[in-house]
Amino acid sequence: MATPTTTGTDEFVKGLWKENPVFVQVLGMCPVLAVSNTAINALAMGLATAFVLIMSNIVVSSLRNFIPKEVRIATYILVIATFVTVVDYTIQAISLDLYKALGAFISLIVVNCLILGRAEAFASKNTVLRSTMDGLGMGIGFAFALFCLGAVREILGAGSLFGVQLFHDRFQDWVVMILPSGGFFTLAGWLLIFNWVKQRKARAVALELGKEAA
Amino acid sequence: MADESLWSIFINASLVNNFVLAYFLGICPFLGVSSKLETATRMGGAVTFVMLVSSICAFGIQALLVAIDAPYLKLISFIAVIASTVQLVEMLIKKFSPALFRALGIFLPLITTNCAILGLALFQTNKGYSFVQCIVFALGAGTGFTLALVLMAGLREKLELAEVPDVTKGTALALMLAGLLSVAFMGFGGLGG
Repeated sequence: MATPTTTGTDEFVKGLWKENPVFVQVLGMCPVLAVSNTAINALAMGLATAFVLIMSNIVVSSLRNFIPKEVRIATYILVIATFVTVVDYTIQAISLDLYKALGAFISLIVVNCLILGRAEAFASKNTVLRSTMDGLGMGIGFAFALFCLGAVREILGAGSLFGVQLFHDRFQDWVVMILPSGGFFTLAGWLLIFNWVKQRKARAVALELGKEAA
Repeated sequence: MADESLWSIFINASLVNNFVLAYFLGICPFLGVSSKLETATRMGGAVTFVMLVSSICAFGIQALLVAIDAPYLKLISFIAVIASTVQLVEMLIKKFSPALFRALGIFLPLITTNCAILGLALFQTNKGYSFVQCIVFALGAGTGFTLALVLMAGLREKLELAEVPDVTKGTALALMLAGLLSVAFMGFGGLGG
């Protein structure tokens, strides 16, 4: 194995911003769009996914030398499915309302490409500690992104945040934001902002380089 | 719910509650494979087939799990069945149509992690459909998925030639298109009862 050039902290930080799973890698879109109609749902879903991601990263990386290469994907999926079942029953025990709001999407964490992707691309090749940090970073990055989406959709679509009314009665709700299409539009908007920032940065760097060369 | 007519199940699954545009299931292949019309059509066919087979299997498993009283195994056994169905489809396609096999490439094994298929299996058990209803539901969902994919591919092929600002290139533009399509599909609301 190559000697790692990054520290655990680097693995943690990269998931938050530079390689944010939703805004930059555009992975795991289905739950992102489906349950982000209110901030609280989005946050709960983000935390549930983060938990499964961290746990499966830990298990996969500690078993990485025992799993035969041919059946690795199936093994990862089974590990993930086990933790998702745990989360499913836990949420049901804590809050039945939340469980009903999230519906089948808790079970669908199993097929979130982000989790399988991290297991395959990172946890299967790295130590337990580094995988844990990676899982933490990616998980929190994912939860953060979901919250960004959920907050925008709830504020515009229902005029509230976490169920607290923000505006005067005369505020006209943008019903479309709560509806499925609003999810697509909001995510497109966030991606536009991210692209714009990235391009400005790239242009600034190019300008600097040009100055130095001249 | 369980006494819905077959026709209304089909219309509901394919148009009113379209899996991609209303339930957000299967977004990854929807964004990934929808840049060419040809591949989109074939992908739709493959997904519909996997849906049909895994829906039938899921019906059997659910009956079995209820019989041995082990509902907590539902998720694990569903995903195992889907993974093996995909493997089967992969082998079949490789044997009978190598050209199609090459065209679909990486997206064939990725059908396993297509949430639309697991979603279908979960929804049909939640709704308590009978065997025939399950088959119609799977067909409807598959049709809906193919329809969304083909529409999207058609739009994206046209957009290749359009001049758009740099910032919107790629996923952001695809998502906006999907949003518009989703608004259009809302027009089907109320159909099929």
